[in-house]
Amino acid sequence: MKYSTFAAGVLTATSAFAETPILTVYAGDYFTSEWGPGPVIEKSFEEICECDLQFSTGDLVPRLLLEGARTKADVVIGLTSDVTAKARATELFAPHGQDNTALTLPIAWTDETFLPFNYGHTAFIYNETTMETPPASFDALLAMPDDVKIVIQDPRTSLSGLALVLWVDSVYGENSAKVWAQLAPKILTVTKDWSSSYGLFTDGEADMVLSYTTSPAYHMFAEDDFTKKAAIFPEGHYFMVETVGKIAGTDQPELVDAFMSYVMSEDFQTVIPTANWSLPSALPTDQWPEGWAQLPLPEKVLFYSEEESKAVQEKAIETWRATLSQ
Amino acid sequence: MLSLNKIEIVQGSFNLGAHFDVTAGQKVAVVGPSGAGKSTLVGAICGFIDLRTGQLILAGRDITNAQPDARDMAILFQDNNLFPHLTIAQNVGLGICPALRLTSDETAQVHKALQRVGLTNFGSRKPSELSGGQQSRAALARALVQSKTWMILDEPFAALGPALRAEMLDLVAEVADETNAGIMMVTHAPEDARRIADSVVFVADGVAHGPQATAGLFDNPPPALKAYLG
Amino acid sequence: MARNAKPINNVTGIAAATFIVVAVLLAFVGIGLRVDSVSGLGPAEWQAIRFTILQSLLSAFLSCVLAVPVARALARRRFWGRTFLITLLGAPFILPVIVAMLGLLAIFGRSGVLNDILAMLGITKISIYGLQGVVLAHVFFNLPLAIRLLVQGWQGVPAERFRLSAQLGIGPGMMFRLIELPLLLRILPGTFALIFVICLTSFAVALTLGGGPRATTIELAVYQAFRFDFNLGRAALLSLVQLFVAGGAAVLVFWLVPSISFGGGMDRMQRRWDGQGRGARFLDSAFIFVAASFLTLPLFAILISGLRGLLEVPLIVWLSAWTSLWVALISVLVLLGTALPMAGWIATSRNGSVEVIGSLGLSVSPLMIGTGWFILIYPYANPTDWALLVTIAVNAMMALPFALRILVPSIRETLQTYGRLSAALGISGFAMWRCVLWPRSRPQIGFAAGLAAALSVGDLGVIALFGDPDRSTLPLQMYRLMGSYRTDAAAGAALILLVLAFGLFWIMDYWGRRNAIAK
Repeated sequence: MKYSTFAAGVLTATSAFAETPILTVYAGDYFTSEWGPGPVIEKSFEEICECDLQFSTGDLVPRLLLEGARTKADVVIGLTSDVTAKARATELFAPHGQDNTALTLPIAWTDETFLPFNYGHTAFIYNETTMETPPASFDALLAMPDDVKIVIQDPRTSLSGLALVLWVDSVYGENSAKVWAQLAPKILTVTKDWSSSYGLFTDGEADMVLSYTTSPAYHMFAEDDFTKKAAIFPEGHYFMVETVGKIAGTDQPELVDAFMSYVMSEDFQTVIPTANWSLPSALPTDQWPEGWAQLPLPEKVLFYSEEESKAVQEKAIETWRATLSQ
Repeated sequence: MLSLNKIEIVQGSFNLGAHFDVTAGQKVAVVGPSGAGKSTLVGAICGFIDLRTGQLILAGRDITNAQPDARDMAILFQDNNLFPHLTIAQNVGLGICPALRLTSDETAQVHKALQRVGLTNFGSRKPSELSGGQQSRAALARALVQSKTWMILDEPFAALGPALRAEMLDLVAEVADETNAGIMMVTHAPEDARRIADSVVFVADGVAHGPQATAGLFDNPPPALKAYLG
Repeated sequence: MARNAKPINNVTGIAAATFIVVAVLLAFVGIGLRVDSVSGLGPAEWQAIRFTILQSLLSAFLSCVLAVPVARALARRRFWGRTFLITLLGAPFILPVIVAMLGLLAIFGRSGVLNDILAMLGITKISIYGLQGVVLAHVFFNLPLAIRLLVQGWQGVPAERFRLSAQLGIGPGMMFRLIELPLLLRILPGTFALIFVICLTSFAVALTLGGGPRATTIELAVYQAFRFDFNLGRAALLSLVQLFVAGGAAVLVFWLVPSISFGGGMDRMQRRWDGQGRGARFLDSAFIFVAASFLTLPLFAILISGLRGLLEVPLIVWLSAWTSLWVALISVLVLLGTALPMAGWIATSRNGSVEVIGSLGLSVSPLMIGTGWFILIYPYANPTDWALLVTIAVNAMMALPFALRILVPSIRETLQTYGRLSAALGISGFAMWRCVLWPRSRPQIGFAAGLAAALSVGDLGVIALFGDPDRSTLPLQMYRLMGSYRTDAAAGAALILLVLAFGLFWIMDYWGRRNAIAK
């Protein structure tokens, strides 16, 4: 008796499984970890789509370039505006089909292919218990004594590192080399990725770390720790936006469209802050989770469009590399 | 019959030739000065050293290029006759099946052989737990189960004292008689040869001379042998 | 031995070696399929090549120079806990890099123990970042190897020579010239070359401690070329440079390097009569103390911070520890399946130069292998499903050169001692392995397997390239914890990783040495 019930259950489960359409989403490794936004998004989208959302992780752009038209992805999530030019050049993407005017970004967004789902700004994070007088501006940071140590990320391996060289370029332009020369003695080390940098900062190795304006939120809301602050500079902060794109050759176009609407939905948008520790792309400030609206954010937002970013990237990175190599 | 048909062994500048027959079941001692090539000769007969020319014929079969284990010979070396990581019974068992998969009959055969050489209760021990003489007995037990036409011995008891060596030689002769095997034994002790050998192969100056009756040879040695015997 | 009396069949060995070469070649073919254009190397790449060679030379040099007084002291002093200390000093060599980094920072970092002490004494702080940091870390990993090879050399000196020297009343200077200098000249060149090769392909150390683009290694440049520009041509070119430099040095290694001894025998102590003066005793104690502090304090730091974070480690980390465990175990099987037949082939072949093929595992970039295979697999299957398999294969390949160094001498010796007996009894082929070679080489097999398991467990490896979110290894999971602000839990995961790596090594090494029969 027991056995037959069990067998029946298995049969229904497998047949149900066979009919369930699969939505394959390519995402960065951090995204799908137990502590990233992936699991929450997977669960709540599966509740409304009657589908099986499967993440596949890895380096997004290299992977798309490797796979080309044969890619198994239906959706790619996590491309920042600094790499969307490369992603677009693969010609794998189709219009996202959502209404850009519903976005609540601090900048105007007109791209019909890549849809923003969260944002933040580059910022240097410090611990107010160990750094009593944080720099009040980028200039002040440059003028700080050389025994103040910062950790940054490599622009060639990290999107936040790339954002930093673009930040410097957008603030200082032609003078970037000089700025890097002033920063050089303060740079404790350059890490491959954001997490190694941030680990060095929380271990007390560095006084400041290149991160995001939203990083203090994690410490505030997850750890009740109010000592980590983002130094806000009047020169402005570089805008980092992460987007989601639809693969044109998908065999699940309806599902992808449903996912795109889901990204713009309140469900998704309210999850983003505490799941990804970043700001939602389509949610008015008054609907942000409690406390988030009080987070200090820059008044001036610096942003290179995809084309501008692409145009200056190579030179900005080479300036960075050449100066720091001396 | 074992025939060494115009064989020639070359190792660097060393050269050894032999052309003679040995009758099956004979007990032959190989004697000669050190460096003359006694071990080289039996090494070639056993298949460890290639011949430059000539053939080895055993009972009408050409074994010149046969594998050492396919020559119908059981071999006892100077040392390393036993694998130290295997038990005495396993070491003997290798003589029946080189992959050590023995039937219960074959296991019984191993125990019988151990009993025959006086190692009744030593089957489960490792070689390092045995004395030198006991180790030689174990190797003989293996030769017993191998039951080959020839037993080749390369100074197997050189490290034993005189009384023990004599005892072992007698045991070798007994085992050979029980299995109807011939013996070819390298030794540098004339008394060993006198003790068990029917005939002697004398090796000197690049030539292995055909077997001659032991007593006659030692009583009336040619000049080269006389020089060796001193 | 006669040509018609081969104790073991070389076919499997040749097949295994061919498999390795083909695996590497295929990866390059895969990359080659997708290379659009090959541009020359720019200033950044040349800088990386120069830095890589410089830091490798420095690391190898310092490891060797520092190892000499320490090994000498360990070889001639008897003290309580000596065996344990020698075992412990070997630990950093098998310590996972990402774990070691935490420990090194806790001791030598800007807010580490050492700088706290220096600050209290009013001395200027030292910095672990930049060239000196990379070299410090590499010395930390490889000093144990140099010490082990040297202690082994010292203990290989026949006791009679020391007795004779004592009898003749030979002084320390003459003692050095007569016994120690020839020993050092025999062992140090190979040790130097081996550490040089290991440091050449280092990746993770320079990532954190490099300090900036000045300190980019070739492997890191490969990663950048792949990750940022997706310039496969440049990545392949850099890999070839690395293969060429490391491969060249590896060839030197195989001419020069002494075989790596296994754990046993190190506790065998020779009675020595030299160096009994008060000055010599003090210096020896000082060297042992400094080396022991340098090599073990970071381990304690990992232990302490890890214990604090252990409770915060989520269940999924334990699950990934399980994945890492079986990946390591299968890696070991794959390794033994390749290394044993290859070692058999090398041990029976007249010239041992075949062993250079094994060095491919040290010289090739795992990233290139992973990418190459990805390209090849993709049209036929989902590479994500193959991620663990590729990881297993690459991990086994990385351990192959070490395994061969360890196994070949033992198999060669076994064949020399028991080859004739085996041939006489007709033991050959698989039975030869089962009844003779395997049991005779068990201590070496255990040691090689332990080394491979530890290296595999600690390797972040190619799985990061195209991982499956549902099946991750422990290093990857630890990495993810760090990427999600969870530093404490990451420290806990680091401790689990450390225990897993050391535990696997210890169990396999113990298995090998248990009931090992004296030769």
